Amino acid sequence: MRPFIYHRATSDSAALQTVIGGAAPRDQPPTSARAQFIAGGTTMLDLMKLDVMRPSEVIDINRIAGLDQVEKTPDGLRLGALARMADVARHPLLADYPVIAQSLTLAASPQLRNMATLGGNVLQRTRCTYFRDPSWKACNKRDPGSGCAALDGFNRSHAVLGVSDHCIATYPGDFAQALIALDALVEIRRQGGERVLAFADLHRKPGDRPDIETALAPDELIAAFRVPAAPWTRRSLYLKIRDRQSYEFALASAAVALDLAGDGAVRQARIALGGVATVPWRAREAEAALVGHKVADDVAQRAAEIAFRDAQPRRRNAFKVELGRRALQRALLETASLEI
Amino acid sequence: MDAPAKSGQPLPRLDARLKVTGGARYPSDVAVANPAYACLATSAVARGSIRAIRLDEARAVPGLLDILTYQNANEIKPINFFSKGGQAASSIMPLSAPKIWHDGQIVALVVAETFEAASEAAQKIAVDYDEEPPTATIGSPGATVNAVADVSEEHKDPGFGDADAAFAAAPVKIDAEYSTPTQHHNPMELFTTTCLWSDGKLVVHEPSQYVYGMKNGVAAQLGMDPGDVRVVSAYIGGAFGSKGSLTSRTAIVALAAKRLGRPVKLVSTRDQGFTIATYRAETRHNVKLGADRNGKLLAYSHEAFELTSRPDDYNVAGTTTTAVMYNYGAVATRVNVVHADRNTPGFMRSPPEVPYMYALESAMDELAYALQMDPVELRRINDTAKDPNPGNPRPYTSRSLMRCFDQAAAAFGWEKRSPAPRSMRDGDWLIGWGCATACYPTQIAPAAARVSLTPDGWARVQIAAHEIGTGAYTVIGQAAAERLGLELDRVKVELGDTALPPGPIAGGSNTTASATAAIVKACDAIREKLFRAAAGSNQGALAGKPIADLDLAGGRIVAGDVSEPLTAAFKYMGQAAIEEYVESVPHGLAADAMEKLYRGRVALAGGPKGEKLMFAFGAEFVEARVHARTGEIRVPRAVGAFAAGHIMNPRTAHSQLMGGMIWGISAALHEATEIDERSARYVNDNLADYLIPVNADIQTVDVIFVSETDREINPLGVKGLGELGNVGTNAAVANAVFHATGLRVRDLPIRLEKLLPSV
Ligand SMILES: Cc1cc2nc3c(=O)[nH]c(=O)nc-3n(C[C@H](O)[C@H](O)[C@H](O)COP(=O)(O)OP(=O)(O)OC[C@H]3O[C@@H](n4cnc5c(N)ncnc54)[C@H](O)[C@@H]3O)c2cc1C
Ligand code: SF4
Repeated sequence: MRPFIYHRATSDSAALQTVIGGAAPRDQPPTSARAQFIAGGTTMLDLMKLDVMRPSEVIDINRIAGLDQVEKTPDGLRLGALARMADVARHPLLADYPVIAQSLTLAASPQLRNMATLGGNVLQRTRCTYFRDPSWKACNKRDPGSGCAALDGFNRSHAVLGVSDHCIATYPGDFAQALIALDALVEIRRQGGERVLAFADLHRKPGDRPDIETALAPDELIAAFRVPAAPWTRRSLYLKIRDRQSYEFALASAAVALDLAGDGAVRQARIALGGVATVPWRAREAEAALVGHKVADDVAQRAAEIAFRDAQPRRRNAFKVELGRRALQRALLETASLEI
Repeated sequence: MDAPAKSGQPLPRLDARLKVTGGARYPSDVAVANPAYACLATSAVARGSIRAIRLDEARAVPGLLDILTYQNANEIKPINFFSKGGQAASSIMPLSAPKIWHDGQIVALVVAETFEAASEAAQKIAVDYDEEPPTATIGSPGATVNAVADVSEEHKDPGFGDADAAFAAAPVKIDAEYSTPTQHHNPMELFTTTCLWSDGKLVVHEPSQYVYGMKNGVAAQLGMDPGDVRVVSAYIGGAFGSKGSLTSRTAIVALAAKRLGRPVKLVSTRDQGFTIATYRAETRHNVKLGADRNGKLLAYSHEAFELTSRPDDYNVAGTTTTAVMYNYGAVATRVNVVHADRNTPGFMRSPPEVPYMYALESAMDELAYALQMDPVELRRINDTAKDPNPGNPRPYTSRSLMRCFDQAAAAFGWEKRSPAPRSMRDGDWLIGWGCATACYPTQIAPAAARVSLTPDGWARVQIAAHEIGTGAYTVIGQAAAERLGLELDRVKVELGDTALPPGPIAGGSNTTASATAAIVKACDAIREKLFRAAAGSNQGALAGKPIADLDLAGGRIVAGDVSEPLTAAFKYMGQAAIEEYVESVPHGLAADAMEKLYRGRVALAGGPKGEKLMFAFGAEFVEARVHARTGEIRVPRAVGAFAAGHIMNPRTAHSQLMGGMIWGISAALHEATEIDERSARYVNDNLADYLIPVNADIQTVDVIFVSETDREINPLGVKGLGELGNVGTNAAVANAVFHATGLRVRDLPIRLEKLLPSV
């Protein structure tokens, strides 16, 4: 691990002030900036110890007041970026948004959920083992232009959707799937202002710059997520498929929310897929294919096929296409049959 | 001799409280004055040689003290691989040449004032390699194959009769390929070494399953008198074989401490543990079983391939076990080693039995389906009390396999099983039940021990045996307490230090048998002295009693209803303590076995090697559930029944067997070290990606002890059981998954992608 300077910010303006002092040019991603934020540290410290992330200044944002609230707003729910995963998962307001609570509860371990924040969670970085170990020379995400060891390497956990010839790393998080499914927005603070972005626009597919993972600039701080209230949020769930029962990232997951008519036909569907894509993945065409139909085996299967139509598997992750379809099919059937 | 009563009690561990309160000092916890901290730099290629090592950036790190590389520290003398008369885990000697033999080979040791500075400097070492294309595994281009019988002095492929002809003629046959993956022990405690010198003498604090081996090996590497090296390893935080032989790091740390004139402490990283120590190599098996229509086995043939490094012929050759397992009509076996550009593998819990019994017990299950016969009955029909080889019909000293099957089956509810695959279901979950045989050779090694007793009724037991988490302090203490008529809390046990008499390697599940044999012998010598004093004196209640009538109990010498305190006998002798140093050499070993023990060489008797077959047995039953849509595999329930002679301590034994079964489930479903085939490097060398079960994966694990008395094996009638529990579990899980899904996975681990076609 390399030495670094530690700053503790107690207000967002102080944090932004400090980060600008050490900022890389604005067209560099925050993850390669000289000064970087740290929240729960569960991604950041791991990657610093592994010599993958190398900030020379770290700005601790945990003491910034007012960013850890979970509140009801006229439009829905507002989740502060510094709220801890564990606190949010058990918050009573989440009762109307089971998919969010489940995506948090099924992630990581209790200790990690106690530390980790929502803002840090959506920005967690891929678990690609070639990325996380700098002794592998080829990794375009870590070292742009160096190649990609995973393309023809051990890529069982890698993505089949949203991939490029430069990177097939999976976006590993769970919570982001709930956010993207529910049309969430992100509040972003910057020096002298704020902007609001659709959550779906936060993450970038790897394309030819896998090192640029989000639309954030180095001097931008996520303040909160807004989740609009909607008729489908109550009938929602998060299904996570993995080798073991707990404490593991998804091999495939599905966040599903449905609004059903009295006869069971789908009025509106929201679907996101995890563990199979390079970014939080919304399956809009699959959603559209459900509208007007009752969710039965064949309908769910057709939606699942549509969702994976453009999948590009590699040698060791080819199974994810079938697994992802079945996970979605199962999630749709289970969501439709929920008693709410 | 009857099995002593006290030694069969489920006493809590002597060191339980220390372990849960942090009071147990593991080797890296031992405080040394003014230590410097070491970190390793390891190779990023698997084959080639170092062209240049650039140290400028590393040297610039504040606090840096020293960097050892082959260029400035090439002074460690070669010693032999452990199976070639030495103690080394690998014949690749540390920092001896620019040649790279495998991924993660140690290329430098950095020493600094702080751990942080050492790790930063180690990360900043830049190495240029002349790379050569490496060979990753069995079947990769460039792999070379040898028959083990051609390269090993010890191994002969067991066989008898004409197995080919018998197989060809058999009406029911199985011919299948099985494979097991690379696995790493990943003990909680990392691979650590602390070395300190004073007056030309070296003390090494390192977790070790064989301190005498380490002492002698390090002494030879450093050109020292073994008497000037002391190895201390009072507690070991998990080992499972990985700390059994001398790895290359120890001598380098010793050298660094010598150069610096200061203690040096190394705690390697988790990923380095994958390449600086050993592992269970991947294996491939072709098994053929032929039977008549009643299930009688007519032929068994087994050809296996095991991976090893370029220079070493490490192999486990488990056919010596499988060839005596059932009453076959004919047997043909052949074991091969495959050399590739990898680090040398080594012992891992039940080294031969785990992969070989997985293959055999899977094939037995396949045969049971082919015969439409209950798998338990198939084993009953082929049960045997002797080696099936008519040319060498050695009897088992005891074998309770079918009693294990019957008790485990009853507890599991096996009679409720519906035999057809895919015929049991609970909602969306397919249910399968499977079973398999577990076995482990009963082995015993030479050992020396010192036991002393003082008139106040305190005993002290000293033996350089090892507490690797099994409960050795407790069980060894129980043996002495029993023979000396004391409560366990009056016995002080000292282990894991070469300042003590040499004990056996903590491997092959021999510690309890070997150590207690020596301790009982020492205690009996003490008894003899006390009894002679009490009976031979002309005063006191026991004067003139026949010595055979005397016993020790409750801190007194007793004969029927008369007794005298220990103090009286000591007074008659005019002594204030009795101390006995004994050596115990088990039957069946060469005359020099004891002398070799002092020199750090291993000798084990028993198992399939002697005039009689000595094994512990078990039967394991498993319920597997497979999701009918998404293929997740869960094992909610496992039952194992085990017969292992006299159980010294049912509490610690239960933990060993339960832990073994859990590991077996882990190996069947999760564990595999993935190798990047292009570079022959390990990919998932961390505990996030090398999966083991979490609590939620393990629900009910029941352990049943099947009573068994075997007076032939060793003085206390104990069979080692530390490695018994995880034999058979792999096959039991695989067999249960087949029963659930109708799909036979012959390639471990069984992961959901392999089942998707069936669900
Ligand atoms: C062993 C393990 C298992 C895990 N399993 C799962 C799992 O199953 N599912 C899952 O979803 N996750 C899992 N995780 C990931 C975990 O959820 C994330 O590490 C965590 O949520 C990150 O939050 P943090 O507050 O610790 O972020 P940090 O590590 O502090 O920060 C992460 C990144 O976000 C940036 N950042 C943090 N907050 C802000 C902000 N407000 N504005 C701008 N930038 C910010 C930091 O600069 C950094 O780049 C696991 C992690 C570990 C270590
Ligand atoms: S998949 Fe992406 S993160 Fe992984 S090695 Fe390739 S470029 Fe790097």
